[in-house]
Amino acid sequence: MATKQKQATAVEKKLIGLADIVVQSAERSKDPTFQIPIRALSNVSFNERKGLIEMGSKKQERSFFNVGMAKKFMQTVLVADALSELQRADLTTSLREIYYRTKHTIKDSHENTFDTQDESDPVIEDLEVSLAALREELHVRAENSGSIVGPVVFGDDGDRVDCSKLGKGGYSVPSIVEPEYLEIRRCTADFVLLVEKGTQWNRLSEDKFWRRYNCILLTGNGQPPRGVRRLARRLHEEHRLPVYVLVDNDPWGYYIYSVIKQGSINLAFESQRMAIPKAKFMGLSSADPEQYELPRNVGIKLNEKDIARAKELMNYQWFQKPAWQAEIKRMLTSGLKYELDALANKDFQYLTKKYLPKKLQERDWLD
Amino acid sequence: MAKKKESASETESKSSAPRANPEPAATKKAAAKPAERVTAVEMGARQREISVSEFFTKNRHLLGFDNPRKALLTCVKEAVDNALDACEEAGILPDVTVRLEVVPNGEPVAPSQATRFRVTVTDNGPGIVRQQIPRIFAKLLYGSKFHRLRMSRGQQGIGISAAGMYGQLTTGKPVKIISRIGPKAAAHFFEVQIDTKKNEPLVHENKQIDWEQPRGTRVTLEVEGKYQKGRASVDEWLEQTSIANPHVELIYQTPEGETKEYPRTYHELPPQPREIKPHPYGIEFGMLLKMLQDTKSHQLSGFLAADFCRVSPQMADEICKAAKVSPDAKPRDLKGPVAETLYKTLQETKIMAPPTNCISPIGEKAILSGLYKQIKGEFYTAVSRPPAVYRGNPFIIEAGLAYGNRPQDQNKPQQPAMPKAEGEYEEEDSELARVIRYANRVPLLYQQSACSTFKAVLSTTWKNYGLTQSRGALPGGPMVIFVHMASVWVPFTSESKEAIADYDEIQKEITLALRECGRRLGLFIRRRERAASEYRRRNIFELYIEEVVDACNRLKGGKLPKEKLKEQLQKIASSRTGGAKTDETLGKTGAGPEGLPHSIIVTAEGVEGETALATQVEADQATMAPTAEPDSLGDTPSVDEPVSKEKTAGESREKKSPKGAKAKPSQIALFEAPDRQDRRDRPNKPTRVSKPRGKK
Ligand SMILES: Nc1ncnc2c1ncn2[C@@H]1O[C@H](COP(=O)(O)OP(=O)(O)OP(=O)(O)O)[C@@H](O)[C@H]1O
Ligand SMILES: [Mg+2]
Repeated sequence: MATKQKQATAVEKKLIGLADIVVQSAERSKDPTFQIPIRALSNVSFNERKGLIEMGSKKQERSFFNVGMAKKFMQTVLVADALSELQRADLTTSLREIYYRTKHTIKDSHENTFDTQDESDPVIEDLEVSLAALREELHVRAENSGSIVGPVVFGDDGDRVDCSKLGKGGYSVPSIVEPEYLEIRRCTADFVLLVEKGTQWNRLSEDKFWRRYNCILLTGNGQPPRGVRRLARRLHEEHRLPVYVLVDNDPWGYYIYSVIKQGSINLAFESQRMAIPKAKFMGLSSADPEQYELPRNVGIKLNEKDIARAKELMNYQWFQKPAWQAEIKRMLTSGLKYELDALANKDFQYLTKKYLPKKLQERDWLD
Repeated sequence: MAKKKESASETESKSSAPRANPEPAATKKAAAKPAERVTAVEMGARQREISVSEFFTKNRHLLGFDNPRKALLTCVKEAVDNALDACEEAGILPDVTVRLEVVPNGEPVAPSQATRFRVTVTDNGPGIVRQQIPRIFAKLLYGSKFHRLRMSRGQQGIGISAAGMYGQLTTGKPVKIISRIGPKAAAHFFEVQIDTKKNEPLVHENKQIDWEQPRGTRVTLEVEGKYQKGRASVDEWLEQTSIANPHVELIYQTPEGETKEYPRTYHELPPQPREIKPHPYGIEFGMLLKMLQDTKSHQLSGFLAADFCRVSPQMADEICKAAKVSPDAKPRDLKGPVAETLYKTLQETKIMAPPTNCISPIGEKAILSGLYKQIKGEFYTAVSRPPAVYRGNPFIIEAGLAYGNRPQDQNKPQQPAMPKAEGEYEEEDSELARVIRYANRVPLLYQQSACSTFKAVLSTTWKNYGLTQSRGALPGGPMVIFVHMASVWVPFTSESKEAIADYDEIQKEITLALRECGRRLGLFIRRRERAASEYRRRNIFELYIEEVVDACNRLKGGKLPKEKLKEQLQKIASSRTGGAKTDETLGKTGAGPEGLPHSIIVTAEGVEGETALATQVEADQATMAPTAEPDSLGDTPSVDEPVSKEKTAGESREKKSPKGAKAKPSQIALFEAPDRQDRRDRPNKPTRVSKPRGKK
């Protein structure tokens, strides 16, 4: 694949650029320093017109000869080296393997280059942002932790994958779903339902909900990984499918929805190709317990962290719509959160048979 | 060392001196024990002469012979003190050899099991004229130092004869003496014992002999004793003696057959202390009475002006007037209430402080030299206070510190550098500082906690100087604190002369000296910490440079000039961490990895250190090396330790100093757990130890 080859070279060049910074600084007796865009709320802004979170231009310096940064600097160079090795060998790998690849004991010491994967993962993200390279372009994949089922046919490494013929288990969404890795050959669905929890996705899949409502069921088992988000975006973009999001009714559910819709703060630079600004919030809404007569005793008391997080969300620019402020406030006032699973209190198939049909029929969702 | 005569006269003086005790002692005694009524006749019948041996046996604790271990030390101490006094007075740099031998009692025994020892002390002093020898060694209260007020170790004229007496009582053996007053004179050999009834010498043997030494004295005593190392041992005493007397060349042959050498590292004699007359504030009532009897003056005013310092004839007249005595009165006639009034008047009259130039301090340089020689540390400092006066007695306080571990030693615990598992920490260093105390250059080994010096150390806030210190405790850390009091009259808390009494003036001087030492130590510690943190910083960088260079090289397809890049980065690292200055402080210019130079010696003159002095010490230690024998720890002989000196000292030679190995046992001894011995000995202490007493 000619294009792929070319891209890899571009990324590799960027990686080699880091070594050049070191060499040139040393030449001029300057402290080698990398500029790394800041991945934090302070450096993102909400583009209302596009409905996206965009990364600002604030950068942090990472210098070698600064006691606080020296190790991070060294780690950054090590990871860059490992990533460029991947490029040359044209291999993809996982975050964990990068960690193992770059971990060793520093000569003449008892210090390890990395002690845990928690140290190497952020460095990879740093490089993604600094080099403006996508993780896929860096040949790093996440664990496959998404599932899809429904009337869609993929071409994966030349294999035809018909997701309507994969039983209730469905197809495991790979972490890299760019067209050159995953081809959408056919799609006859009417919409995409993205479910936060694997358990509820299983319920719907088992009940063949997708067949009755001609939709694609997608889950990321919690915060959806890139592959799942990117695939939803592609289905949305290339096949004009509306995307509905079904999450627990708690601050974390709201945030998952917002990440799917506007992008994440941490990886704001990827919003451009991940976010689905038109995605809708189907539930659970804080209005649902009343609407669907869920007894109070299946709710869970909000803890301090929940409350703090909810208040934080209310301050985010992208949650400023009155409907959303009301939604979050309602949850805070009730002091309760609800899991999707709580619907089973009424009936095992309540979600499939009552809740979703009613929602879809009444077009009861939030934007 | 307490002396019979003195205690007797002091008791007298107390009973008659209203200041000391308003109630006559006799009434008090009678009141205390009313049941025991004895008639004057009965009492008269009991009166008899007390033989010296009886007195000695009853009071041996006052003379330092309470138990066999301490007795052995006292014998060594008396002989060495005399040797040093004699040499110094004669203006000779002392060479002293101390030899301890086990005297087998049938089966040969290990020194630690032995009960009988032969103590031989040889000096290169002026020698003793033939006629004096028997009385010096076999007559209690015979000496040259008693009738004068002059700073010296010995004072009473009882020390060596008491040791001889102890030997005689415990082993029955006479004292053996060889003495020679010059190369042209003959050497005389004596064997003497005391006639314990008459306190007169009995000469067993007296002959001329051939002696390899052109001049000097050798004393040999055979005594009952116990040899045990550690706190308050002969070994410790000699080590401490050598610290405070670096002008002495001391050789110690231990009962185990080792030879420990304490080289002379200071090549000047201490200045001769000057004799002064007593100051009126410094005498007690009993002393005044004695002086009135002994004076050569025929008139009271003449006596006051001639026999005291700082009393002019005019002032003498005024004193007589104030005391309502005739200036022409015969001193010998003054007794009772009149004498008491005179004493009071003397104490109340404003009299100038005594001259202070009669004291001969050890001196900062010599203290540094002694500490540097005997204690392996990173930092040394010494302070000599200007002379001060307490109760009419001039004195000088000197203090010193030896702090830290040498870089070689610092590395040792780091060597088994196993990675620490979670929850594993470096062992906390709980070592406490040690205090070494001196009075007129003689180490004080007992009664530490009763001593003014020790109290001053405890009350100093060492935390201000970067050390740890728990409430009411010694500061933490590998440190030796040296305190010396030099005076014509050191006020001891008891006759056994083991602790210095608490006079405000003395306490204040000690505190000031310690604070100055502490202040300098604080400077040093801060400076060292700064350097260490720079070192850690640079260490981090150096650690990572290799990684970064390798990774960059791989990124560049292996085409980087790696060495060049590494050098460039290292240069940046070093310039960012204090550059050459840090190099220097870290001792990159020749010291161990932790980086500090072997020693930084700070004096008032300069903080960069007495490097020349240190070089001198090392050179002296090196020249003494050839005869070095294994040290007491059984280390291999002369474990070579590089003692590279600061280049500034001129001699940048990489000298091996076998004395480094020698110095080691002493350092261990100095840092031994404090107080154990002290506590064990305390029960043996005389109970009446309350009132400060002096040598005189
Ligand atoms: N090694 C010696 N060389 C020369 N003179 C000595 C020597 N040893 C003792 N003397 C003389 O003998 C005298 C008596 O010594 P001795 O130890 O009994 O008493 P002291 O040293 O005067 O006082 P103290 O009882 O406090 O020790 C000394 O004053 C000194 O003059
Ligand atoms: Mg003596």
